[in-house]
Amino acid sequence: MNRLINTLALSLYIAALVAAMSFSKPVAKCKLSIQFKNYVGNELLKLDSGAYKNEAGQLYTVSKFKYYIGHIQLKKADGTEYVSKEYFLLNEDEESTKQLTLSDVPPGDYKEISFLLGVDSLSNCSGAQSGALDPVNGMFWAWNTGYIFLKMEGSSPVSTSPGHFLEFHIGGYKEPNNCIRKISLPLKAGIKIAEEKPNALIIKTDIAEVFRSPVTVDFSKYSSVTDFHNAGMIADNYSDMFSILSVAP
Amino acid sequence: MKRILVVATVFTFVLLLNSFTEENPYFIITKKDVELKIPKGFEQPAYNFKTNPLSPEVFVLGRKLFYDPILSKDQTISCSSCHQRIAAFAHIDHPLSHGIAGLIGKRNVAALQNLIWKDSYMADGGVNNLEVQPINPITNAIEMNESLPSVIKKLQANKEYVAAFQSAFSDTVVNSERLLKALAQFTGLMISSNSRYDKYINHDEKFNESETNGLNLFRAHCENCHKEPLFTDNSYRNIGLKPDTALNDSGRAIITGLQSDYMKFKVPGLRNVEMTYPYMHDGRFKNLKQVLDHYANGNFFTSNYDHSIDRNKGLTETEKADIIAFLKTLTDKEFLYDRRFADPNFR
Repeated sequence: MNRLINTLALSLYIAALVAAMSFSKPVAKCKLSIQFKNYVGNELLKLDSGAYKNEAGQLYTVSKFKYYIGHIQLKKADGTEYVSKEYFLLNEDEESTKQLTLSDVPPGDYKEISFLLGVDSLSNCSGAQSGALDPVNGMFWAWNTGYIFLKMEGSSPVSTSPGHFLEFHIGGYKEPNNCIRKISLPLKAGIKIAEEKPNALIIKTDIAEVFRSPVTVDFSKYSSVTDFHNAGMIADNYSDMFSILSVAP
Repeated sequence: MKRILVVATVFTFVLLLNSFTEENPYFIITKKDVELKIPKGFEQPAYNFKTNPLSPEVFVLGRKLFYDPILSKDQTISCSSCHQRIAAFAHIDHPLSHGIAGLIGKRNVAALQNLIWKDSYMADGGVNNLEVQPINPITNAIEMNESLPSVIKKLQANKEYVAAFQSAFSDTVVNSERLLKALAQFTGLMISSNSRYDKYINHDEKFNESETNGLNLFRAHCENCHKEPLFTDNSYRNIGLKPDTALNDSGRAIITGLQSDYMKFKVPGLRNVEMTYPYMHDGRFKNLKQVLDHYANGNFFTSNYDHSIDRNKGLTETEKADIIAFLKTLTDKEFLYDRRFADPNFR
């Protein structure tokens, strides 16, 4: 008798489970495109041809600008979060790399976007990788293993490097020279993500901020930062170079 | 007579034909050849192949890459140019590494053995994962002076490699991740654990008096850093060597930026040490006697040298000879002549 009840209970349980599985509607996955636009102050960045002035009034040009964005998170008002584990390598020279797409965002009203500028420590220690984290992308230090999070190259007449060169290769995941920065940007009016409409966000990246606040970078003193020496100073500067330009539609 | 000649000719011909069509069994790698066996007494390795599942095809690809100068800019230098099998993959009698166009490197070539028990690589420990280590010699201007994108391009254009990648990874994609993982399988399986010392520990072999004395002296004087069974504690230490102003190698401090790490280098494992001469990060000592003289003389330079080596001051000549006799028991012929690591181009 007991056995019969057990068997009945078990079959009921399995039936309920099967029913639950077949009736529960899969959660919709929405696409969100995020575009990064590189600026210097209020002007759109022009590689090579654009001439800019830093806070110290020193002229400079930019010939290369690349950086890693990863672990994008979206937060709802109730605190629930969407987290992506993906990494993107943005390169000013390749338009398509500045247009990121997340394809599995649950619908809802989101109030904040956050992401890493850099590559988390685990991914810095995970050995050979492909895609954005492939060392062929030239954003990898072999001699002291780790990714270069942000690479800016250019020139300034006051630079004391050969050819008045400027090079800022900023990276490092180990304390006390950890250059990973978590960026959080509140979305004042929020972004409503739904299946039936295109969801888009445009973020401004301002190179001028890499060289100002908290520290004004004097190019006659700092023209080449390519390892942990002074990297933290630049990282503190770049932690406020992002802002929301627009939420569409 | 004529008939015998004909038969003999045909027989020779068939034999020759066979040797061309059939692979020499010496170079065939089976599933059993790539099984990871943790030797008795060894800890679990730091690198465990979890994200790089061992297979004969990947291993064979790694072996092919290891012995191929295609990795260098002008196709002259392979990994094996400096890492010689007979020297436990160090470079016999070369104090400093030799690179492209006759350029001389800054450090002594390290032996390749028991690599998966290390948590960092290079004498300064700058490399944090076995898989990414080869990027250093490949891209270093005085070693192979090549770029990763260019290596990938050369391999993609090479039919043999496309086929080897396909058999290893089931499609023809050639990328740096696969290249590096294949090399990690080949070098990661270089495990030395069958020396006379190991057999002595397992009671399969006896030591003579000098070797027994040497082991006891070793345990009293050297074990603090050269911890059994790997003969390293994987730490970085400054052993009071006189700074070389020409090379100006500050060791671990290059990686950490800390003055306290000045001229600290990774404690090397001593297995096969008889074969890996010359010694030290810059190959300054040509034989083991000179190494022991350094410790025994007690003439240590730089203020941050590791004072635990003071205990070695005044080692006598007999004691040194006994320690050397013991160190020679760490030679592992089974590893040095392991067919799995032989140059496949000689088949």
